[in-house]
Amino acid sequence: MKEIYMDHVATNPVHPEVLDAMLPYFKEHFANPLSIYEPGIRAREAIENARANTAALINAKPKEIIFTSSGAETNNFALKGIAFANQNKGKHVIVSRIEHHSVLNSARFLEKQGFAVTYLPVDKHGIVDPAVVEKAITKETILVSIIHASPEIGTIEPTAEIAKITRQKGIISHTDAVASVGNILVDVQSLNVDLLTLAAHQFYGPKGAAALYLREGTRIVPLIYGGIQEGGRRAGTENVPAIVGMGKAAELAKRDLQKRINHVRPLRDKLISNALKIEKVFLTGHSEQRLPGHASFVVAYIEGEAMLLLLAGKGIYAASGSACSSKALKASPVLLSIGIPAHLAQGSVVFTLGEGTTEKDIEYFNEVFPQIISRLREISPYSKGWEGTGDQTCTAKK
Amino acid sequence: MAIFEGIRTETEASVNLQNNIQLKFLDKPIKADTTTDIIYMMCPMHLLTIQQKMQELKVGQILAILTDYDGALEDIPEWCIKTGNGFLGILETADHYEFYVKKLKELQ
Repeated sequence: MKEIYMDHVATNPVHPEVLDAMLPYFKEHFANPLSIYEPGIRAREAIENARANTAALINAKPKEIIFTSSGAETNNFALKGIAFANQNKGKHVIVSRIEHHSVLNSARFLEKQGFAVTYLPVDKHGIVDPAVVEKAITKETILVSIIHASPEIGTIEPTAEIAKITRQKGIISHTDAVASVGNILVDVQSLNVDLLTLAAHQFYGPKGAAALYLREGTRIVPLIYGGIQEGGRRAGTENVPAIVGMGKAAELAKRDLQKRINHVRPLRDKLISNALKIEKVFLTGHSEQRLPGHASFVVAYIEGEAMLLLLAGKGIYAASGSACSSKALKASPVLLSIGIPAHLAQGSVVFTLGEGTTEKDIEYFNEVFPQIISRLREISPYSKGWEGTGDQTCTAKK
Repeated sequence: MAIFEGIRTETEASVNLQNNIQLKFLDKPIKADTTTDIIYMMCPMHLLTIQQKMQELKVGQILAILTDYDGALEDIPEWCIKTGNGFLGILETADHYEFYVKKLKELQ
C-alpha cells in the first residue's frame, strides 16, 4: 500500500546527511566532552560547531544557545527559569490560550508557586492582538510568552510587534518557536525576543535535541543543577550525537529554507483549495499568515479520529490536533479558543507537508479525502444537522 | 475561502457547567475500592488516569482520585456525564481534592 506521511508537525525523519554526521559520535568519537584528553576535546569541538550552526539558523550568537533535550523541557526552562530569576521584580506572567501544554502547564505550576498568570484570548484566526498584550501588562509583569506559530492551526503570531511592546516596558519575552524554526525564517534580532525555544526534530534533526536561545545578559535559574555543562545552566553529560545532529540539521535548514518553503507551499495551497470544495469543511487558523506546509480543518458532522483511521487505512498518516487532547477525549482548547463550538471541534484534522511530499501524494489525497468524508457522513447521526448535541450556539441547525 | 467564523467565546467546559454539571462537595471521605494519587500531575493526566483506572474496576466499585489540578473540577464531573458513570462528589483537603467516581457501566 502507498504510504503518505502528512504529519510533519508531529515529527520528521532524520535527514540522511544528519544521520551521517551523527554516527561517528556513537562510535569512535564517544568521549565525554568534559574530558581533557584529545577525544574529549574533539567531542567538545563538535558541540561548539553545532552551537554555531544552531545559532546561525536563528541569527543568534553561539553563546546564546543552550542545548536541551526537547521543546517541552526548553519551554519549562524558559518559563520557570525566568519567573524564578525575576520574582523580586514582580510575580505576573502572561501567556496565550493557544500555547503548547509545556507552556500552559508550566504557567499553571507557577500559579501554584504564587505567581499570577494571565491567559490571553486570541481572535478567530488564532492571533494574539499586541494591543491586548499591552493592556494585560501590569507593574508586576516579568515575562510574556506567546507561541510563534501554532502547530495545531498553523497561525503565525505577530511576535515582533509583541516583543517591541515588552522591550519598551523592560519585560522579558519568550516565544515557543518549535513549530516555526526550519519552516519559516526565524531571526531573533528582527523578532526582538529574549528567549526562544527550538527543537531539532522539526527540521529533520534527531529527537532528543533542542535548544533555548537566551539573549546575552538575561539571567535564568537552571532547571537541572549538576555539572558545568552548558555554562552551568543545564547540567548533565551532553547527548553529543543528538547535538551534532541538531547542528547539521540547522546548517541544512538554513541552506535549504527557501527551497523547502517553495516546495510545500503550492502543494499545501492545492490541498486546501480542494478540501474547501467539500461542503461544511472549514479551514482553521489564518488563511495567509500560516506555516507554509500546514493545512488544518474542521469537518462538520464527523469525528477527527474516525477520519484519521480511515485515512490511515488508505495509507495517509495525519493528526487530529494536539495529541493529548485527542487521547483524553477532550475538545482541543486551541479550537475552542478561536470560537469553534465543541461539537465541530471534534471534527478536527491537521495535515502537514514536508520535503518528501510529492505532487502525486496530494493528488491521491485529494481523491481519497472527499470519499472518506462522504462515507463517514452517511453513517453519522448528525449528518442532517446538530440536533441532539445540546449546543445552544450551533448555527448549523438554524 | 471557507474559514471558520468564530461564533462564541464560552469554552466547552463553561457551557457544560451551565447546562449539566453539579459540583458536589463532601464533608467526609467515601470508602473507595481503589485510590489513585496523581497530585502534581497536570492536564490531561486526570482524564487519562480515570479512563485507565475505571477499566480496571468492576461495575459498582468506587474510584478515588487525589489531585491538586483545578481543571479537574470541571473535567471529572463532565467525564462522568459523557461516559455515563456516577460522580459521587469532591472532598477538598488542605492541599488537594479527592474525587469519588462510581463505575456504572463498562467503558466503550
